[in-house]
Amino acid sequence: MTQDDAPKVNPSRRALLVGGLVAAGGVAAIAKGVFSQTAPVDGAMAGHDMAAMATDPYAAPMAGMAHGDMMTVGRVDHARNGFDPTPMLTDWYTGTTSILPDGRTLRTFEVDAIDKEIEIAPGIFFPAWTYNGRVPGPALRAKEGERLRIIFRNSGSHPHSMHFHGIHAARMDGVPGAGLINPGEEFVYEFDAKPFGCHLYHCHALPLKRHIHKGMYGLFVIDPDPARHPEHAAVAASRLMGTPENANWQELAMVMNAFDTNFDGGNEVYAVNTIAHAYMNAPIRIDKSRPIRVYLLNVTEFDPINSFHLHGNFFDYFDTGTTLTPTLKTVDVIMQCQGQRGILEFSFAEHEAGMYMFHAHQSEFTELGWVGHFDVQEPSV
Amino acid sequence: MTDQAQLDQSHPARSALKHFLLVLVPLALMLVAFVWIAALDPLRSFNNGAPPVEGLTVERMVLDQTGIQVLVRAGGSEPMVIAQVAVDDAFWSFAQDPAGPIARGDTAWIRIPYPWVLGEAHLVALLSNTGTVFEHEIAVALPTPKATANQLLPQAIVGAIVGLLPVALGLMFFPAMRGVGRQGMNFLLALTVGLLAFLLIDMTNEALELAAVSAALFQGSAMVWLAALASFLLLMAIGRWHGAPVGIALAFYIALGIGLHNFGEGLAIGGAFAAGSAGLGTFLVLGFALHNVTEGIGIAAPMLKSCPPLWMFPALTLLAGGPAILGMWMGSLAYAPQWSALALAIGAGAILQVIVEVGSYLLRQNPDRQAALFSPAVVGGFLGGIAFMYATAAIIKI
Repeated sequence: MTQDDAPKVNPSRRALLVGGLVAAGGVAAIAKGVFSQTAPVDGAMAGHDMAAMATDPYAAPMAGMAHGDMMTVGRVDHARNGFDPTPMLTDWYTGTTSILPDGRTLRTFEVDAIDKEIEIAPGIFFPAWTYNGRVPGPALRAKEGERLRIIFRNSGSHPHSMHFHGIHAARMDGVPGAGLINPGEEFVYEFDAKPFGCHLYHCHALPLKRHIHKGMYGLFVIDPDPARHPEHAAVAASRLMGTPENANWQELAMVMNAFDTNFDGGNEVYAVNTIAHAYMNAPIRIDKSRPIRVYLLNVTEFDPINSFHLHGNFFDYFDTGTTLTPTLKTVDVIMQCQGQRGILEFSFAEHEAGMYMFHAHQSEFTELGWVGHFDVQEPSV
Repeated sequence: MTDQAQLDQSHPARSALKHFLLVLVPLALMLVAFVWIAALDPLRSFNNGAPPVEGLTVERMVLDQTGIQVLVRAGGSEPMVIAQVAVDDAFWSFAQDPAGPIARGDTAWIRIPYPWVLGEAHLVALLSNTGTVFEHEIAVALPTPKATANQLLPQAIVGAIVGLLPVALGLMFFPAMRGVGRQGMNFLLALTVGLLAFLLIDMTNEALELAAVSAALFQGSAMVWLAALASFLLLMAIGRWHGAPVGIALAFYIALGIGLHNFGEGLAIGGAFAAGSAGLGTFLVLGFALHNVTEGIGIAAPMLKSCPPLWMFPALTLLAGGPAILGMWMGSLAYAPQWSALALAIGAGAILQVIVEVGSYLLRQNPDRQAALFSPAVVGGFLGGIAFMYATAAIIKI
């Protein structure tokens, strides 16, 4: 492989993202020291190139056909896409906040439906329907009990909606007749942030399958309010964005998705956060001294289930994230059906530094792009 | 009259220039029209944002110690970009030679360092930049034969067994056949026509099947019919240069037609070798040999009244059977469906020519043509020929 040039980092874009995070500082917004993923700098991947790994001596006579060849060829141009899977991991959209007369926080999000062609694997372009120009859509994040207002505009070519998995009135449901709008129209969804957990939103226009698999989905995370959960106040605080307890965690937003590029009802490309092999080409940097929390969502169409497997480690799993104690303890594979989601918590504190793989345990999905590496490093000084 | 003649005399010089101009004017207009159409782009208003039409045909597949290599030919409305390659539902690294978009009608090698498994099936999927998938199945993965002596020799032996040997054996009936009377002669000629008719149908079918899997650019079935027609007309014209061919000349034409058929058969066997889809057992080789024995009899039939010199028999054998060996080699080393289809189509045209010639020779042998045509000997021979070929073909169809 000669295409191992490190992905180009657009400094202005990175600055913009950091700026965006700072500007988003609302009630529960960004605390200092939130570990933000940035695209790796040149040389960060030296020695970790798959093809450069030792070739299997037993592979003879087919020399050079080690595992390292099971890869897409080339790199995706993230700048052209307008989103980069590495900063996307920590890019939470917290909206803007104001205080309502009754003292509650009103959190406002603005979301546009936009038609956009995106590069989902090197050289493969997909005519996507997006929220705010990215797939998955912005990872919305709020605090339990807040009033949420989502201003949704349809700048696309088809009717669209935002259907939230949450507790709300029927007329806010984002189905035909309740917030499903035509191109050029606008709708404001309003409801309370509840229950806390790891949720999602997606377009509920018909045909559903097409609207979802074209890219119209995203994470919708409601952090627990520690004041409402005195029995698990510390756990709740660690989940609540902006608290010192939360700042120690390395939180990652991951959406398992896939693309049916030839529209035959079966997926050609699988990924977490859209780009096949993104975290193989740019492993996710982990500070081994700090715990990791993954907000994981499965929106893969056509295949009934998807899964997450972590190498060399085990994790606690909070199905749907609606509890403060794990629903599954000490597992290394979990599966999610379409629309299912949950929170994974694990630590590499006792591990050697190194590359720890994670992928779907459906080998087919793995080999078609849904595989990545955690680059676990000693704490930086 | 003299005036008229003089006028005619003076015409050529003037009319040559005039003719030239008359041709030049529409040609120039055509050029102008094309430039105008290209500049105006009248189809612009039909541009509805439809994605380009894409076409990709796999023509060859080579499996060796470096992995899988695929020769693809691009079709479609725009140059084809191969963005990714997946083998058995796994993205795999690959190199394209030559690199870059593949222009319509051009070919490129896709080299995939994939550890294929001997004797098992694999599925190669090529994904274009729009995500369109072009799949090609490897039914049984076997190393592709290489042009080495220890590969070519056994193939030549198999080619000789299915091509040369049966023709030679068939020709050996020549002395025995010489004594037959008119009815016997009619029977043998009709038998020849019958077996040739079977070969014609068989070859046309095979040519059309191959044409169907070749790139759209080659217009498969039109190519087959036109090539067959052209080869038939050319061979008829050559054959009738000095009157209808009889005797030894007719035998040579039959040998040529059968040779072209055996070339096509060799291509098919060689291609099957390369594709690994045929376990060419001894039984199958025997079947081919038996199937082809009648070809020798067919070649001998029109010469029964002549006295051919001895050297002619090996020459006829070589002409009719030798191409099987050539076909085996070419089929296993440079297999491409459209060229095999073309070879079979030319062979079909040649077979048709000899059917016509043997048929007319048969009729000319009999004073009462109408009666001879439907005599028990002729009908029996014809049907017997077809039936024998059909029955022996059953052995070799797998």
